[in-house]
Amino acid sequence: MKETPLSNCERDFLLKAIEEKKRLDGRQTYDYRKIKITFGTDYGCCFVDLGQTRVMAQASCELVAPKDSRPNEGIMSFNLELSPMASPAFEQGRQSELSVKLNRQLERCLRNSKCIDTESLCVVSGEKVWKIRVDVHTLNNDGNLMDAASVAAISALCHFRRPDVGIQGEEVTVYGPEERDPIPLSIYHMPISVSFAFFQQGTYLLVDPCEREERVMDGLLMIAMNKHREICSIQSSGGIMLLKEQVMRCSKIASVKVSEITELINKALLNDKTARKAGGRCGFAESMPQERITALKTDQTSVEMTDVAETASSVFQTAEAPPQTAPSPLVPAPGVGQVGEGVRNTWGLEEEGEEEENEEGVSSGGDSVEEMTKMEEEQHKESKSRKADVVEILDSDEEEEEEEEEVVILYPETTGKAKNAGSSSGQKGAATSRKQRKK
Amino acid sequence: MTSFACDKHRFHLESGVMEVSPSTVSLIREFGCEQTLLSRPDGSASFVQGDTSVMAGVYGPAEVKVSKEIYDRATLEVLVHPKVGLPGVRERSQEQCLRETCEASLLLSLHPRSSLTLILQVLHDDGSLLSCCLNAACMALMDAGLSMGRLFCGVTCAISTDGEIITDPTAAQEKESRALMTFAIDSKERRVMMSSTKGSFSVHELQQCIAVSQKASEKIFQFYRDSVRRRYSKNL
Repeated sequence: MKETPLSNCERDFLLKAIEEKKRLDGRQTYDYRKIKITFGTDYGCCFVDLGQTRVMAQASCELVAPKDSRPNEGIMSFNLELSPMASPAFEQGRQSELSVKLNRQLERCLRNSKCIDTESLCVVSGEKVWKIRVDVHTLNNDGNLMDAASVAAISALCHFRRPDVGIQGEEVTVYGPEERDPIPLSIYHMPISVSFAFFQQGTYLLVDPCEREERVMDGLLMIAMNKHREICSIQSSGGIMLLKEQVMRCSKIASVKVSEITELINKALLNDKTARKAGGRCGFAESMPQERITALKTDQTSVEMTDVAETASSVFQTAEAPPQTAPSPLVPAPGVGQVGEGVRNTWGLEEEGEEEENEEGVSSGGDSVEEMTKMEEEQHKESKSRKADVVEILDSDEEEEEEEEEVVILYPETTGKAKNAGSSSGQKGAATSRKQRKK
Repeated sequence: MTSFACDKHRFHLESGVMEVSPSTVSLIREFGCEQTLLSRPDGSASFVQGDTSVMAGVYGPAEVKVSKEIYDRATLEVLVHPKVGLPGVRERSQEQCLRETCEASLLLSLHPRSSLTLILQVLHDDGSLLSCCLNAACMALMDAGLSMGRLFCGVTCAISTDGEIITDPTAAQEKESRALMTFAIDSKERRVMMSSTKGSFSVHELQQCIAVSQKASEKIFQFYRDSVRRRYSKNL
């Protein structure tokens, strides 16, 4: 699906407004949209709403063999999927440039910054380690997917609990969630990415661009930072040239924003923890807003099944008997099952043509196959004669036709076999029509 | 969790025919739906059955690639994304079931040479996933305003090892069941549009499950009606 192109007047309007320090949704230059973080029913599932941009992250784990170069460390893998649901421009299956860029940035932000203690994920050195996998699904793209994805990924990792493992000598036992409480991952710090969009060759900048602003921006600067004011990753794309002061200013803004967002994440985690401890149900189902006109929820309902048995038996009795079953299969040799007899084998009956093309519609076995092979031979001869007559093709059109017709007529008589006699005329007709079509 | 109001079930063999005698009442979990929750897709809905939740988004009618266009109908494409990992064979079979149901109910000939794309994202799977996908798909198609000849809903039935029919089973109940069936029921005549089954069961049991699903579908269609009425009402 192609995305609707941005009209020139829309583009001009946006740029003009930005020059006057106005944004479409009324925000200030350094304002973020409203961030809402909710968690799902199982550990490691996190939904993040950044304005209208919605993203879901799920963390999961499994036991695998470690990498040879690092036998003591666990493995982290990230996968950000640009779902076609999020935007009509995203296509299923194709790894677009944006998808590669976002995946790479997410990896750099979370893996290279060593925010998770991978050595604690080791179970048996050199043999079994935990592989933590984070899948980020984009649900709605209204700009700034990177920030939403980074918040979702780190929240999912903070929320995740892995199964407890007991080691007794050589034996390793993995306990299920009912036997022993799962334990959280050890996370050193929370890197969060902040995006800055630049317009008019770096003159104007906006924090947290929405989708329209992203379409008219010149370049994007992404800074991933943690609340201790350590820069985890910085990337500038779009080819804009920034001054040193601009980059410094952006990093200062980023540190303020990151501390606010980290505060939000911690609050959401705490809320979820208290809700779970209180025993209440939590998850996407619970977080559905009830007061909205577009949402409705019902309680558990019962289904009356009093006359189910009667209706079922009546259907059963009035139904027709099932059709005759297929003939029972034969077992000619061990490991071979045969049902039916199939078409008679016709290989080796014709010696003339070597063509192996299978013509469709071989219905009556031998006869039609022989017809087909003859037609193929005629085509062969025809192509040969055509090659010979290539120079004279314009002069002797009629002669060619006659020759070919002669060719056509000759064949059934010379090779006339008794069983082909009846079908020869049909074959001739078909062959001539084929020739005419070829012309 | 399902519970049964009356006495225990008997499981008896009658001349080689297996029969299930269900109780007079079975429960379907609480369900909820929210429509138009995403701003980009033309229609979107999220459907929740107990803890199982699925989000659906619809784009269409839109431009279609020349290789995929059909001259007199719209081309419907269905995508199911699991929560963890990449879509695999199981998702493909779910897509197939959904596509067949949607093609039977949508009026595709109103949009020739166009594409309709239906994307589903599994948010949490606690049993009855395929029926939740069907319900979410129907609500999203309604939200997108696509013309449909009939509505459809999905109902899952499980036959446990001791012969009871459980509607809308949870994941734990599904795991212990002997057979699992999902039916797509249409709204006009309550007939079966699509069925997907797993496990072994007799013809009689199948008919009983179909009858149960038809009963349960009444509730779901009533819910559709209530949601739409609420949406377009002037006062709540």
